[in-house]
Amino acid sequence: MNKSFTKEEYSQYVKSVSPNSKLFLNIIKAFLVGGIICVIGQVIFNWLKGRGLDSDMVSGLTSAIMIFLGAFFTALNVYDELGRFAGAGSIVPITGFANSVVSPAMEFKTEGYIMGTGAKMFVIAGPVIVFGICASILVGIIHYFII
Amino acid sequence: MAERHIGKQTVIFKNPPSIKATASIVGPKEGKGALRQSFDYIIPDELWGEDSWEKAESKLVRETLSKVLQKGSLSNDQIEYVLGGDLLNQCIAANYGLRETDIPFFGLYGACSTMAESMSLGSMLIDGGYADNVVCMTSSHFCSAERQFRYPLELGSQRAPTSQWTVTGSGAALLTSDQTGPYIRYVTTGKINDMGISDVNNMGAAMAPAAADTILTHFADTGLTPDYYDLIVTGDLGKVGKKICLDLLNMNGIDLENRFNDCGVMIFNTKDQDTHSGGSGCGCSATVFAGHLYKEMMKGNLKRVLFVATGALMSPISTQQKESIPGIAHAVSIHRSLD
Repeated sequence: MNKSFTKEEYSQYVKSVSPNSKLFLNIIKAFLVGGIICVIGQVIFNWLKGRGLDSDMVSGLTSAIMIFLGAFFTALNVYDELGRFAGAGSIVPITGFANSVVSPAMEFKTEGYIMGTGAKMFVIAGPVIVFGICASILVGIIHYFII
Repeated sequence: MAERHIGKQTVIFKNPPSIKATASIVGPKEGKGALRQSFDYIIPDELWGEDSWEKAESKLVRETLSKVLQKGSLSNDQIEYVLGGDLLNQCIAANYGLRETDIPFFGLYGACSTMAESMSLGSMLIDGGYADNVVCMTSSHFCSAERQFRYPLELGSQRAPTSQWTVTGSGAALLTSDQTGPYIRYVTTGKINDMGISDVNNMGAAMAPAAADTILTHFADTGLTPDYYDLIVTGDLGKVGKKICLDLLNMNGIDLENRFNDCGVMIFNTKDQDTHSGGSGCGCSATVFAGHLYKEMMKGNLKRVLFVATGALMSPISTQQKESIPGIAHAVSIHRSLD
């Protein structure tokens, strides 16, 4: 082109003409949906506690039930619609983690159960697990020496 | 001395090839879009009876080829070449879609610019006397593209407002040496153009400089002015890229406001269909050209069209390695008659 921007100018210009996400609306939606998911978790937690289970058992079972619900609604093709509406509201809770494991497992089934589902299941959640474990080991070591 | 080459990047044909027929098959979402009336067939669901998205895309290619041959009243053995490609790794949609056709095949990859690339090369084959009948075609499929370039379909994520929606569809043009028209008069081949945009959710911005560059070069090489064309149409810049392209052209003293559009903006009802900036993918420009634009030319509503398909030449690997996105645009100048 005869007249054009430099790369820096172009980047600035593109930023000025590209629409931004509707931040305020998205935050409200994420807050409501994320809050509702947490309320559901709390109801399950209280119900299990009311049945006389000890607190470790209640925490573990509540997580397991929420993970099941996330996986279940992913399989029913509902969770992606929820995610489109709620954004971080449905990604951050543990149901979102289940969705990030189940969705590639479903998607890559066409390449077989081993090289498809098995190999690709953790393609999104994998880094979370890797760095989660690393961080927990690090914190564990610090904890050991300090206390 | 190459007598048909003019200016820096343009070819003028001595025996301009004709576009004898076109065919387009699209997905269900495109079939609810703004141009739904113009397509030959709308598939009932994205799998179309196959067991994977990739196989469904190959079926799109296979059926679109047979449709264009049927409309052009030609059989497979009368076609000298098929030129085509798609977005999938190693162009498997075209390779598998065409494997039973028994027609010599050149596989092309120009990302979403492939339709104009195939028509450019097909025209050169015909004008050069190497072929009489050539089919130029491309395809893309929302689901197969999503999983190659983005995330699994069922992942609950939000799309950026600048992102685009890959069109499910395949479009084909049958080029012949018959003097029936509409004619391909010029082609301007684009250069790879990288302005440093690395956001894969804003491919319109990555491709717009390439489109503007090719359009400006086309006018410089041919000596034509914008009012020569009834419509200058880019491939898949989307709403954001369309605005950027117009601004870049304006900076260079060319005002196309009333005769400029973009296939990605035209194909969907972007607001109702939640497609954000618009459509994209090889199938976007291919189906809009083969469906809407060709029919408008045949009706006489458009006499001269400059078809500028645009491509973003990145891959998931280059994106992860933090490379910017190179863009490209090829222009094909199509005339209803030769006067």
